[in-house]
Amino acid sequence: MDRQFILLSTLCYLVAVAHTLATLRDGVFRPRRFNFIAIALGFVFQSAFLSIRGHALGRCPITNLFEVFIFLAWSLALIYLLIGPAYRLSLMGAFTAPLVLLIQSFALLAPIDVAQPVRVAVNPWIEFHASISMMAYGAFALACVAGVMYLVQERQLKTHQLHSIFYHLPPLTNLFSALIRLLWLGFALYTAGLLSGFFTGEPLPRVKMICAIAVWIFYGAILQGRHLHRLAPKRIATLCILAFTAAVSVLWAINFVSETRPT
Amino acid sequence: MNLFCVGISHHTASVETRERYAGGAAEQELLASGAWKEALVLSTCNRVEIYGSSDRLVATEEIIPALWQSNADRDDNDVLYRYDGETCAQHLFRVVAGVDSMVIGETEILGQVKKAYEAARAAGSAGPVLHRLFQRAFRVAKQVRSSTDITRGAVSVGSVAVDLAVKIFGDLRECSVLVLGAGETSERTARALNSRGVTDIRVSNRSFERGLSLAELVHGRAVPFDDWTAQCHEIDILISSTSAEEPLLTPALLSPMLRSRPDRPLFIIDIAVPRDVAPEVNEMEGVYLYDIDSLQSIAEQSLAMRRQQISAAEKIIAEHVADFAARFGGRTSAPPSLDTRALTSEL
Repeated sequence: MDRQFILLSTLCYLVAVAHTLATLRDGVFRPRRFNFIAIALGFVFQSAFLSIRGHALGRCPITNLFEVFIFLAWSLALIYLLIGPAYRLSLMGAFTAPLVLLIQSFALLAPIDVAQPVRVAVNPWIEFHASISMMAYGAFALACVAGVMYLVQERQLKTHQLHSIFYHLPPLTNLFSALIRLLWLGFALYTAGLLSGFFTGEPLPRVKMICAIAVWIFYGAILQGRHLHRLAPKRIATLCILAFTAAVSVLWAINFVSETRPT
Repeated sequence: MNLFCVGISHHTASVETRERYAGGAAEQELLASGAWKEALVLSTCNRVEIYGSSDRLVATEEIIPALWQSNADRDDNDVLYRYDGETCAQHLFRVVAGVDSMVIGETEILGQVKKAYEAARAAGSAGPVLHRLFQRAFRVAKQVRSSTDITRGAVSVGSVAVDLAVKIFGDLRECSVLVLGAGETSERTARALNSRGVTDIRVSNRSFERGLSLAELVHGRAVPFDDWTAQCHEIDILISSTSAEEPLLTPALLSPMLRSRPDRPLFIIDIAVPRDVAPEVNEMEGVYLYDIDSLQSIAEQSLAMRRQQISAAEKIIAEHVADFAARFGGRTSAPPSLDTRALTSEL
């Protein structure tokens, strides 16, 4: 029943994406309020789902891969709605909506919404660890989006082929600053999530731990490269996209491992 | 109530003809004639138009003398056009939206129309009919600008360079610029950057005196020509327009300079012919090289993009014309026979 909210939310993101594609087809790319409203509405439906599912489970609704993906999509929309307008990155919505649409469509179509066979007692450390890690993934996802926007802008500047979208993208240096802030935000949240994992009082699966630390090292290396001026902005943008792709794969792996043993 | 517009513009007359009409009319004189209820004169370098409202039908022949300068050729009336009622509103909306401008989408006209309206209002020659018409026109201009891309993109080499600089750096106030060679286009570009907040402008020219005079013009400082490579470590924007036969800046020369600024982009505007900067420089990370052809090509792209937006702008204008006519039609539309009176209505 609660899945209907996700269906509605996905429709909102679909409308946002369709609207973006329609404006692109007309040769005019313009971040409109319509996109923001569609994403905000999608976020409301996601929140409704998480609230209902959370009450039903009596815990943070990240007990299976379906819920994990929805929570990730929700975090992504939340961070976009919070930081998009603040950093004048309203165009980010045009890039965020397809990503959320992809995640939710997959979550809806794949048979992954499987209830946990054994209901276990709620461990606040696990709740904190899982939710904060998801939020970190949301920040990393938006850093990835900013990276895509940076590369689009950079390519147009290099090739001298300026599409209508060029005039709506933020300046290259501003985009890079936003990307770095998102990376730091994600890294801080992820570090907190990682550390809290050690306080759960439960044995940590080795693969899960190795994967999580690998993601942490990957993002840490990007930030260190930036700090030491070893990496040019274009490379950092590319690495952000690669890192997020890797992190999502790891998330999948972690959940695959987790599903073999009840948490 | 009759609403009408008679005028001359760049579409119908050459600049020589237009200058014979510019500033020929004064609203008070028109009102004094008795036939007019309201009058407004719009006089810019590209058009001279009189907007008016009257209780009775004012013949074009009565209006034309008001447009003439004392030395105007009284036989070139075929360059004049007239619009009545709805077509008058439509024409004004097209004018303020920049659709009728010589450079499509230019925004200067809106300011000029506002100024003309304020002057007429202050003089008491613009009454309720023209008030409604012009207020609506300003709304149309705002909507066209916000809903279409008709004003997007720069259409001159200097403004394209400035736009690109803004797209790379955002706030230009913190940027340092080196002008290499004191050519005319360099000067215009440097001035444009200066007007956008750039304060650190360095000028390096083979003739130090000439460099110094350009530096003074753009509120910058002159740098000896032998020192220009050393400046490249610190600058964000390089404008080059020397008469060198061989490229002055090559990847080999630039490479060590870039090492000291790994995450700061370098924007190079090469206006020189033959080019001062080797094209391979554009392949280097963090360097954005634009020569005169690429800048001109972008200006043309922008103009083409603006032209594409005309139909979208016309749609907005048509909606407003229909709404305006519906609201004020009874008071503003002219008898049908008048609509055919336009002397030159095909633009």
